[in-house]
Amino acid sequence: MNIASLALKSFRNRKLTTGLAITSITLSVSLLLAVEILRSEARTSFTNTVSGTDLIVGARSGPVQLLLYSVFRIGDPTQNIDWSSYEEISRLPGVKWSIPLSMGDSHRGFRVIGTDRNFFEHYRYARGRPLALRLGGWFEHAEDAVLGADVANRLGYRLGDEIVVAHGAGDESFVTHDDRPFRVSGILERTGTPVDRNLIISLEGFEQMHADWRSGGGEHSHDPLAHRAGALDAEREISAFLLGLDSRATAIGMQRKINQFDAEPLSAILPGVALLQLWETVGLVEDSLLSISVLVVIVGLFSMLIILMTSMNERRREMAILRSVGARPGQVLALMLGEALCITLAGILLGIALVYGSIMLGQGWMAREFGLFIPLQWLSPGQIGILLLVALSGVIIGLIPGIRVYRYSLSDGISVRV
Amino acid sequence: MTNSTASIIGLDNLVFGWGRSDDFLLEVEHLHVARGERVFLHGPSGSGKTTLLSLIAGVLLPQTGTVRILERELNRMNGAARDRFRADHIGIIFQQFNLIPYLSVVENVTLPCYFSPLRRHNAKQRSQSPQTEALRLLEHLDMAHARIIDKPVAELSVGQQQRVAAARALIGSPEILIADEPTSSMDADRRQAFIDLLFRECAELGSTLVFVSHDKSLLESFDRHIDFGRSNPAPAGDSSRLREVS
Repeated sequence: MNIASLALKSFRNRKLTTGLAITSITLSVSLLLAVEILRSEARTSFTNTVSGTDLIVGARSGPVQLLLYSVFRIGDPTQNIDWSSYEEISRLPGVKWSIPLSMGDSHRGFRVIGTDRNFFEHYRYARGRPLALRLGGWFEHAEDAVLGADVANRLGYRLGDEIVVAHGAGDESFVTHDDRPFRVSGILERTGTPVDRNLIISLEGFEQMHADWRSGGGEHSHDPLAHRAGALDAEREISAFLLGLDSRATAIGMQRKINQFDAEPLSAILPGVALLQLWETVGLVEDSLLSISVLVVIVGLFSMLIILMTSMNERRREMAILRSVGARPGQVLALMLGEALCITLAGILLGIALVYGSIMLGQGWMAREFGLFIPLQWLSPGQIGILLLVALSGVIIGLIPGIRVYRYSLSDGISVRV
Repeated sequence: MTNSTASIIGLDNLVFGWGRSDDFLLEVEHLHVARGERVFLHGPSGSGKTTLLSLIAGVLLPQTGTVRILERELNRMNGAARDRFRADHIGIIFQQFNLIPYLSVVENVTLPCYFSPLRRHNAKQRSQSPQTEALRLLEHLDMAHARIIDKPVAELSVGQQQRVAAARALIGSPEILIADEPTSSMDADRRQAFIDLLFRECAELGSTLVFVSHDKSLLESFDRHIDFGRSNPAPAGDSSRLREVS
């Protein structure tokens, strides 16, 4: 038998209270960890969504708003931009590629994006990964639609299924374009970005659907002959576009050029800069969430202190016995601190297990509901640092009963107080 | 100091005070106990008996005077050395709550062997291991039945608990056994039986016994009797002095 097994047996003797202390620390640590993981994963997820794009261009608006609707499909564009402006800018020297984006429609809660083949060719996410098809092919015709992984999963669509699109981004829309159903031509691999929750159709398809709606009014008449491609081009508008440049170094100059565009007021933003602005906005919420969970951890540690303090008399007796058989005061202190450390460590480990278990179970649900894919990856150095800090606080809190018992063990001499 | 070489415990010109508001003083001019002696220390509660035992055990140190145990001056040792010395040479039985509730009977008995390699060595010399030595001692104390040994210690009767405590104090043959009112929570007829057991074991191991009690009915069996009364209430405050009776 040694000090460690003595401590273990002492634990087993106080299963219930020790268990309660461990539980309170487990719960508080897992809350802290969950908030921390969500925070950093939300950031990575956001950051991963734009990759390789040098500039995002839209109608004049705030950079964060433009970033949100163009890439994260949050909110709506206030104004569209002319197709001619897009064409002019995308032909500027130094522009490597461009992706036009039209939005504003939805299908059963999933947003519909109108774009062209450049989207499949040039869109990159998560440090340069291209989109890939799981089934079928890119759209060939105006009525073809490519589905994001979640759309296909959630709605159970298969290749060749017909889809009806509604106007407006909400789940329930007044106006449906049911006269022009789309056909599923391909299904994308999961990306962990908002693309998973999009239906991607061609600009032509997008435009035709609206042309019908505009020309036919409420009656929804449809006469495909009335809309030739040339006519569409002339009145075509898009919501935003992404630009890839030959050299990232020219991005600032290009941004200035676009911001001073003559034909209409445009805004060009650098995704990285706009993201930073976004973090500043979100930072306050994050910080308050984090400080609440830090407070919860402190409460958890205090409940351990309460539990340790209530067993003081018992422990005092125990330590007097150990002193009488030759335990040094340092060993007495070590036993008490070791106990606090064990409780804290057990709480931390169980907290980690709880969080990882929840991630494993809730991964799919989180991705479906919030488009936030939380990967199972090892703790970041920052998170490990936080947990070490919790462990350290546990030991410091353990010093309170530890030093008291230590003092008793010196002053009690060889008497056992009742 | 003339007979200090012969004595296993020697206290000389000792003054101890807690240094607190209750300015209680314990004064011991000379207290010498020879090897193998069985000494009965008698005194009312509050007279400083436990304090005296703590001084002998080296848990407390006197302000002045010397404490010599086994020819070693405890005042000259540092804390760790005294703890080690106590673990090696002194077995202690408390009045009550002697046992650690979450350890088994045998684990409670072998506890000193963990803190003292010397006593572990001694125990191994008598039996093969501290565990078998614990069982041997428990058997001598009439405690080796499976029924008793396998019980959680909290379920033992007070008398049984004190006998387990005695086995723990005796394991590894420490030279000195200190018993602080070990029988105070026992029935009268059990007391004598417990003391007889203690005597027998001390005699077998050659241990010196310092037995403290306020119960004078027990003193007959002892070699020596030291009265430890509250006396001479000095104007400065309380003090206790030892008076040799026998």
